Amino acid sequence: MIRIDSLFCGAWTIAVMAFLYIPIVLLMVFSFNSSRLNLSWEGFTTKWYEALLTNRVLLTAFQNSLIVASATTLLSTLLGTLGAWMLYRYRFPFQRLLGLLIFIPMVMPEVLMGVSLLVLFVQFLNIPLGFTTMIIAHTTFCFPFVLVAVQARLQGLDPSQEEAAMDLGATPLQSFWKITLPFLMPAIVSGALMSFTLSLDEYIVSVFTTGSQSQTLPLKVYGMAKVGLNPQLNALSSIFIAATVAVALAGHFIGKKKIL
Amino acid sequence: MIGFASPKGERLPEGAPRRAPSLVAWLILSPLLIWLLLFVVAPTAMLTLVSFAERDSLGRIIWNFNLQNYVRAFDWVWIKILLESVYYAFLTTVICMALGYPTAYFIGRAPERWRGILLMLVMVPFWTSFLIRTYAWINILSKEGLLNSLLISSGLLEEPVAMLYSPFAIVLGLVYNFLPFMILPIYTSVEKLDNAMIEAAYDLGAGPVRAFSKVIIPLTRPGIAAGAMLVFVPSIAMFAITTLMGGGSNPTIGEVIFKQFTSGRNQPFGAALGTLLLIVFIIALWLTHSQRERED
Repeated sequence: MIRIDSLFCGAWTIAVMAFLYIPIVLLMVFSFNSSRLNLSWEGFTTKWYEALLTNRVLLTAFQNSLIVASATTLLSTLLGTLGAWMLYRYRFPFQRLLGLLIFIPMVMPEVLMGVSLLVLFVQFLNIPLGFTTMIIAHTTFCFPFVLVAVQARLQGLDPSQEEAAMDLGATPLQSFWKITLPFLMPAIVSGALMSFTLSLDEYIVSVFTTGSQSQTLPLKVYGMAKVGLNPQLNALSSIFIAATVAVALAGHFIGKKKIL
Repeated sequence: MIGFASPKGERLPEGAPRRAPSLVAWLILSPLLIWLLLFVVAPTAMLTLVSFAERDSLGRIIWNFNLQNYVRAFDWVWIKILLESVYYAFLTTVICMALGYPTAYFIGRAPERWRGILLMLVMVPFWTSFLIRTYAWINILSKEGLLNSLLISSGLLEEPVAMLYSPFAIVLGLVYNFLPFMILPIYTSVEKLDNAMIEAAYDLGAGPVRAFSKVIIPLTRPGIAAGAMLVFVPSIAMFAITTLMGGGSNPTIGEVIFKQFTSGRNQPFGAALGTLLLIVFIIALWLTHSQRERED
């Protein structure tokens, strides 16, 4: 049955989708425009992409981003997975408070996390700002996402499988390695991909915790966007959009996949 | 759910039997505990501590405890910026609701095989970098941008108009960034709607407007409330978007805090503003939490 209200909502949805996609599509299309300014379409070119390949500053920033994101992902995955497993397996004192503390970095305004970590690093711990401080800061807001993903998956774990393994003589570590870990793998991978993309994209926390040697890509992108239009930035953005969408889609499907 | 029933014929409510932690369990959990204490609890405490300190002419912190930063923070200049930030966040929330509700409703009521694809379409832009999404709008709105050139070449405009660097651009940037946060929770509520309730409203003579306002809206209130919080709270402090789109002419509270810690070189004052923002954040979090408890 088609009613007037569902027609309205359908048209509305199409308009909202257009609102969401038109700016991104235009950005990608004009990254191939040979004119320096956006005023009009002057012809197809890949010169902005070629210019990117020789842009030392951006390539270094990209390399820095990859270093920070990889280290963050590794640390977050370890902290998140082990944490979720322990919190599921045992009843710790103050478990509710612990849950709240894990939840806070996921929802805390980034500017607050940035300034408070900056104060900690500079005033109290005396760690020079750079890769270390950035990786610590990124891990702090990334690992809860791994933990929550793994926790959700653990809800579906059948305890009798682990028990059976142990009845048959496996040590707790062996049963974790052979039974629990394979079962958790989809959640771990999707949490890890989430950490990677979150870290790669982070600007606000980064701007407070970075040093001069550890400038990541978002910091450079921000600087370029602040000045105004730049066709190289269009090209860079298009690559980034394609890459993050690919990684996110992969994470989405791996996370969804049920292993029976 | 996968698996077999436990020997007693009933599923254990929380999966495995929960034991008191052994020493090994404490050891495995300890990195997480240390991380939380060192990088979540301690920094927040330190920020509050610094907010009561002073600074010298070089910007170094002097541990001389007093309330002068807070006295200064309550000056009208800063209160006005905080109120403006809240106002932008409020406008963003209202516009996201207007744009997002019919969309979420349509997706939630669409045939099941369509829902996944439509939701995915809403999520994909959200996965790409927010800086890039903001830059996409700069591309369109700036003086040499696409919209200006389109309007000029079609003869509607004589010369380019400044559309960027205005409150309009700030709110547009925020809406564009946070819209999916509104659509997702409302969608979850709409999906749970009982069709019979809506049919009953129509059968009893309600038109679309009355069915919507008397039945559908009240039933999807939890989703609306969750979406409003998810958009409103982060919008207040999202200074990267507001600076890029506003050009610094209309500073928001996050931008002011950022400046105090960088070019302003007044960390104690920035910490005081940060602590006030933290209090706003805790109140908002507590309100959402108690709202959820009441609805459960």
